[in-house]
Amino acid sequence: MIPRYQKILFAVLLVAALAMAGVLWHLRQRAHERLLEGQDSAPTKAPQVAPTEQAILLVANDADGSLLTQARSLPLPADPGARARVILGNLLDVYAVPDAAHPVAGGAAGIAQVFLMPAAGAKSGSSDELAVVNLSSGFVASHPSGLETETLTVLSICGTLHANLPQIKQVRFLVDGQERPNLAGHADLTRTYLTSDAAPTTGGSDQ
Amino acid sequence: MEKAATLALSVRLRSLLAARGMTVVTTRESDATVDPERRAEIANHARAAACLSLHATESGSGLHIFTSSLPPTEPGRFIPWKTAQASWITRSLALAGALNSALLKEGFNVTLSRTDLIGVDNMTCPALAIEIAPLRSADGKVTAEADDADYQAHVANTLATALLAWRLEAHP
Repeated sequence: MIPRYQKILFAVLLVAALAMAGVLWHLRQRAHERLLEGQDSAPTKAPQVAPTEQAILLVANDADGSLLTQARSLPLPADPGARARVILGNLLDVYAVPDAAHPVAGGAAGIAQVFLMPAAGAKSGSSDELAVVNLSSGFVASHPSGLETETLTVLSICGTLHANLPQIKQVRFLVDGQERPNLAGHADLTRTYLTSDAAPTTGGSDQ
Repeated sequence: MEKAATLALSVRLRSLLAARGMTVVTTRESDATVDPERRAEIANHARAAACLSLHATESGSGLHIFTSSLPPTEPGRFIPWKTAQASWITRSLALAGALNSALLKEGFNVTLSRTDLIGVDNMTCPALAIEIAPLRSADGKVTAEADDADYQAHVANTLATALLAWRLEAHP
């Protein structure tokens, strides 16, 4: 003989279990609907393809210590900082190909960011800018050691920046966001470089 | 590689200069690390007629001669440490020209450049950084590494002869 209070308890527990099952089913349905909505996240605006423009690269040559200008057609963003990064990335890609005249591994990934800011000591109203080039530690670690090769890398970066963004008059370097004493044992990375020191040697080519 | 190659070159050069009656002060005679500013202190203390900072690399070819890129200034009573070389730039460029001519005459591939280099920028003497790179053929193949004994001997002999001529010209 089952006592009456046990029958009532059983009935209450059964109703509670059925109610909880209903709530769980409802929650599952809602979660499923949310998931389907998330998958349908197609961009509302098509990504813009930057127009192709002419960029000038000052390409270093270890054989004679020269900086030669090369013109290239590249899709360039409008923002000057992003533009500088794309151009420098292309410059480092030139150095990363096999049999490059100035071989340095790493390519475009060597440039983490380029920040532009008003140049120190510039007169009021002047548009002179300082570019802070943040190199990746991987690029710096793989850079060959040598007075000439390191100097050429620094000068070609400075010259390329000035050739494409003439308002850049000064350049400083960081490595992974930190100041570093030198590139690979020689070229001083603690100083501010003047882009006027990085003039192309002679000649040039279009690619 | 650089430390061993530059030490070998400096020992050769020191011996050749000493044999020609010149007093030579070196910043290291063994596999030791000497701070660039300490090197400049040693050079300045010696009141040298010429200061050479020797380097070696696996990049490029031939010899790379660097003078400081500091703008020339007139020597004052007090010399700023960081730009001490500025007062000697004219004489440093003349020394670079003399060594360049001698090396070119011997058939070396030479590049002349200017750079900022801690150590050289602090020297109060006609100062150069000389970097020895591998010898390469016309197609870029290495024919002698920077630490090759014969190559180094040829370079050291040419530099010693040119430095002697430079000293005789400066102090006949």
